[in-house]
Amino acid sequence: MKPAPFAYAKARSLDHAIALLDGAPEARILAGGQSLMPALNMRLSAPSLLVDINRISELSQITQRNGQLEFGALARHAEAEHSRLVAQLAPLIAKALPHIAHPAIRNRGTIGGSIALADPAAELPACLLALGGEIEIASRAGRRTVAADAFFKGLFETALSPGEIITTIRIPAAQPQDRFGFAELARRHGDYALVGLAAAARAKPRVLRLAYFGVGTTPIRARAAEAALERGDIDAAVAAVASDLDPNGDVHASAAAKRHLAGVLLRRVAAQLSPP
Amino acid sequence: MSDRIDIALTVNGEPVRAEIEPRQNLVDFLREALQLTGSHIGCEHGVCGACTVRVDGVIVRGCLLLAVQCDGLSVETIEGISDTGEIADLQAAFCARNALQCGFCTPGMLLTAQELLRRSNGGAPSREEIRAHLSGNYCRCTGYQAIVDAVEDVASNRKRGAR
Repeated sequence: MKPAPFAYAKARSLDHAIALLDGAPEARILAGGQSLMPALNMRLSAPSLLVDINRISELSQITQRNGQLEFGALARHAEAEHSRLVAQLAPLIAKALPHIAHPAIRNRGTIGGSIALADPAAELPACLLALGGEIEIASRAGRRTVAADAFFKGLFETALSPGEIITTIRIPAAQPQDRFGFAELARRHGDYALVGLAAAARAKPRVLRLAYFGVGTTPIRARAAEAALERGDIDAAVAAVASDLDPNGDVHASAAAKRHLAGVLLRRVAAQLSPP
Repeated sequence: MSDRIDIALTVNGEPVRAEIEPRQNLVDFLREALQLTGSHIGCEHGVCGACTVRVDGVIVRGCLLLAVQCDGLSVETIEGISDTGEIADLQAAFCARNALQCGFCTPGMLLTAQELLRRSNGGAPSREEIRAHLSGNYCRCTGYQAIVDAVEDVASNRKRGAR
């Protein structure tokens, strides 16, 4: 199908984008467009104005700063996938990226767009939760920073308010003793996961985070399983996952199947977290 | 609110100017305004890969990019990339290996395979890497084996040639 008519404005700068959004509550931000455009084409969404932020070069960088790795919101999936800095300082994200859709989609899709959309079955929101990342947001009111733990609120619902725009995604850079694990199950490569798991085991301070995706309305920490795995008891951790998660069944897998698969993934990911 | 917008871009090396509706996607623009019908329209939501074109050197979904977004950019379609001879060996291999039946997916398959071969920079990708890279391009005649065979042939021939 073709989208309903809309107006289009190309933002020249972040301030210009904020000004365009400020005057138009029905506007949508057009970043990579790899989820927005399908929604428009299927007429699931009909905004009055698209504010295209693709030419704001200040939002495209991937940089290391103060022990953190910063992704400009417009950094493309493919840039991050082929970035040495990401491989070195954010190995969890490097592991997750090849699972996102397909090469032509990753050439356009953006890190900020994936976070802002907050699809419950998407890889990057779960990675950000596992890594204890944070999201910097700009609006007419100024700048604010929201922790990943407080950002994902519900089904496609985030801490973002109308008129706000994500500028930067920040994560603590990986240290040599840190371990990361990632696994997902999908019918075909590139499909949204039936169930997925992103995990980070940090050494200093010692923190273990397990973030599941595809099993609820947001990415979900499996806290009882985290505690069991901290004790080194993988069987107890797998048993605990069943109480941590309350997935809904769908056409692809029943709730019981998803719960079972979550345990299967935990064993695979726990093996990746063990020191070599 | 949806006033037409002037754009100026490069398509297959030629400058193009047009006045378009903001909602027109790139592949519709190429097919309808420029009669470049080699890029096909399948699903219109980014799943099938039939509309694959190159924008500023990388492959994209032509159905998920608005034509207005291409103002100032360089677009290449199967027509242009055929004319330059860049993928002549790949096209010959698709014929030799019977890697197309109805041909609807073929332009997208060729552009997607060429991106992998170019990126591999003289090294030959494995069948698994070829499959992963082509995973976003559907062939409803189920010719995947032959397509992977063709891409693999070209990969090894180019590797030999690069030595």
